[in-house]
Amino acid sequence: MAEVSVRPRKPAGKVVSLAVGYARRYAGLVTMSTVAANAPGVAGSGLADVAASEASLRRFLHGLPGVDQVGLEARAATLGTRSIKTTAKAYAIDLAISMIDLTTLEGADTVGKVRALCAKGRTPDPTDPTTPRVAAICVYPDMVATAKDALRGTDIQVASVATAFPAGRAALPVKLADTADAVAAGADEIDMVIDRGAFLSGRYFDVYNEIVAVKEACKRPDGTYAHLKVIFETGELQTYDNVRRVSWLAMLAGADFIKTSTGKVAVNATPPVTLLMLEAVRDFRAATGVQVGVKPAGGIKTTKDAMKYLVMVNETLGDDWLSPHWFRFGASSLLNDLLMQRQKLATGRYSGPDYVTVD
Amino acid sequence: MAKKKNIEEPVAKPAGGLFAYAPAPESPAAAGDIATSYGHFIGGEFVDSSGSEALKTVNPATEQVLAEFAQGTDEDVERAVAAARKAFADWSSLPGSERAKYLFRIARIIQERSRELAVLESMDNGKPIRETRDFDIPTVAAWFFYYAGWADKLDYAGFGANPRPLGVAGQVIPWNFPLMMLAWKIAPALATGNTVVLKPAETTPLTALRFAEICRQAGLPKGVVNIVTGDGRTGAALTAHPDVNKVAFTGSTPVGRAIARQLAGSRKKLSLELGGKAANIVFDDAPIDQAVEGIVNGIFFNQGHVCCAGSRLLVQESVQDEVLDALKRRMATLRVGDPLDKNTDIGAINSAAQLARITELTDAGEAEGADRWSPECELPGTGFWFKPTLFTGVSQAHRIAQEEIFGPVLSVLTFRTPEEAVAKANNTPYGLSAGIWTEKGSRILWMANRLKAGVVWANTFNKFDPTSPFGGYKESGYGREGGRHGLEAYLDV
Repeated sequence: MAEVSVRPRKPAGKVVSLAVGYARRYAGLVTMSTVAANAPGVAGSGLADVAASEASLRRFLHGLPGVDQVGLEARAATLGTRSIKTTAKAYAIDLAISMIDLTTLEGADTVGKVRALCAKGRTPDPTDPTTPRVAAICVYPDMVATAKDALRGTDIQVASVATAFPAGRAALPVKLADTADAVAAGADEIDMVIDRGAFLSGRYFDVYNEIVAVKEACKRPDGTYAHLKVIFETGELQTYDNVRRVSWLAMLAGADFIKTSTGKVAVNATPPVTLLMLEAVRDFRAATGVQVGVKPAGGIKTTKDAMKYLVMVNETLGDDWLSPHWFRFGASSLLNDLLMQRQKLATGRYSGPDYVTVD
Repeated sequence: MAKKKNIEEPVAKPAGGLFAYAPAPESPAAAGDIATSYGHFIGGEFVDSSGSEALKTVNPATEQVLAEFAQGTDEDVERAVAAARKAFADWSSLPGSERAKYLFRIARIIQERSRELAVLESMDNGKPIRETRDFDIPTVAAWFFYYAGWADKLDYAGFGANPRPLGVAGQVIPWNFPLMMLAWKIAPALATGNTVVLKPAETTPLTALRFAEICRQAGLPKGVVNIVTGDGRTGAALTAHPDVNKVAFTGSTPVGRAIARQLAGSRKKLSLELGGKAANIVFDDAPIDQAVEGIVNGIFFNQGHVCCAGSRLLVQESVQDEVLDALKRRMATLRVGDPLDKNTDIGAINSAAQLARITELTDAGEAEGADRWSPECELPGTGFWFKPTLFTGVSQAHRIAQEEIFGPVLSVLTFRTPEEAVAKANNTPYGLSAGIWTEKGSRILWMANRLKAGVVWANTFNKFDPTSPFGGYKESGYGREGGRHGLEAYLDV
């Protein structure tokens, strides 16, 4: 069976001019290599030397094209006006359900709560067996074993937050132990947080090295890796230039997914931030041949919101990213709204919150 | 344990693309009742023409006739100007605060009837409903709100105390933004106390006639706004009329030149907003993704039927490949088709004549050796359509670099230094607008000071606001519309 933990690559033939453009920008810094490495901390062809030192990484990140705030937000808003109806809506609702990382990350989480959530993930709508199941259940590390057990026999992934989620304020050994513990408990995917303090103070190399180390901690005894999602907490990084830089930093360090937010701060996923990250993974694949996924998380609550995100994926990246392999929603209340809209499409009537299950 | 299954895709893929948008059409019925034939709007009444000639307006997306309308005669123009003259004394002596009430009322009615106006405009013009709904009609309302605010503050507009209106304004507008051009003309004229006779374009008269209904709904005094329809003959009769005090024209440079010649030696005040061949200048430090959006918005907005369209892309040679690759990728996602579909980005070309003009110029571009590129896209079988088109390898000597195409056609030129960018950008008989894309603020200011263009956009393009003056240099015309400056065109100062 195929391994999801290995980042699939596009055939390395097509290095588009964007990669050439970047290479030109950083002439003398970037050595064009034809060998695409996939070990943690080493990106694919073209940009392998970028992270060779603190200075080279910094020069690379600061040399990325700027982001115009007004233009980015205008583009996201325009895509938000797309009108998704009938068959397209039915497709998008099912796709969105299949992309959900159904999440509970509360201090009050119990075994019972996690089991209920897993049951919901397996059978989101008991009245309609054609409803797709979610992509993953996302929990704290101590709940991984419970979730794993409850999902036995399904292909629903167990995702665990780690690295002192959500603040990330712990020493590196603690973060690595946190990660290794979750992986040992059977987590298929690790959602780590970056050290925002280090990033904001310009210590990009520290952030980079930490991601590389966590990726190494995702390694299982059999040599495979748990899938690594890197959370930026874009609400704390604030500027779009920062989001573009951190996206490249994480992808260079070996992220399998880049993720907007923890859901624990005031501003979580927004359409412009997500659009910018979609552009980053597009450009990264063009430059290196390595495809990376995107996960907006937090604040996506309605079907209408989800449609807007899927439209952005569709018109920025196209078919290649329109699958749970490459795009996820970090959400909890979104699922019930999708189910209600799904029922409405089937019956022609709106039901209500009493006709979907509370998890 | 560590061996995992691949997540299979549980969702069946529909034919024709993973996420193909189902049709989402706006209903033509939302446009309200369209009469089979229209007369003029003179002295507050809908009246028949004194002549018998009628023109037809067609939906350019379907080629179906929407309505017949009158070809205005000299006599019709005479009646309309007389009605405007009669209304002028009372209208101009109303306190500004009273005139403002009418303008505010009109603005609110436009907002209330925005869906109807948007659908009607899309059907008559061919532009996508997304643009009429999100841009044209909101801008129309904004213009009336803005100039309503000035009506009682003219003493403070910088033209001295108690500035006087001119009298009767004869206004001739184009087909590219029918109702918006009407608003740009009528709102400042009325706010300053003038009365107007307006002639809409012969391919797009319907929203102007619907606006006449709105004037009645708002209780606007009779004769303050008069609408006379017809082609260029009617327009010439209007601008030549001896009792017209002010002529405002938006349209092509040849017609503008003819009007200027006609008015020479008369006491009529004239403002002209004519053609353009704007340069959109992209430097190597530009925010590339947003610059590409700006390029697309600059030339493909409204099918390129925009006098200030960014029809010449000047891109710095060092980022040429990067920008063009990104631009082509983006152009491939443009959705061309039914203007009433809410997901359409590019609608129909306004008329067969305009389509022929675009075709002629693009053929000339190929014949002169430029490289032509268009994304794969299917065009509807009926109606007037043109694929979004990119020309590379264009030099200043090519016709497509010099002449206004007024269609979805972008000519790409390159430059090496800022001086060269300025020289090439200014090397045109026109001077309406320009765009600059760079992250360096000092360069924006340096460029803007040297570009001979009435509007210079920085890191954006095709943005309009009633508070901002708009108008050109050189063969792009004279006079300003919008903002405080826009009042001057309608005041005796």
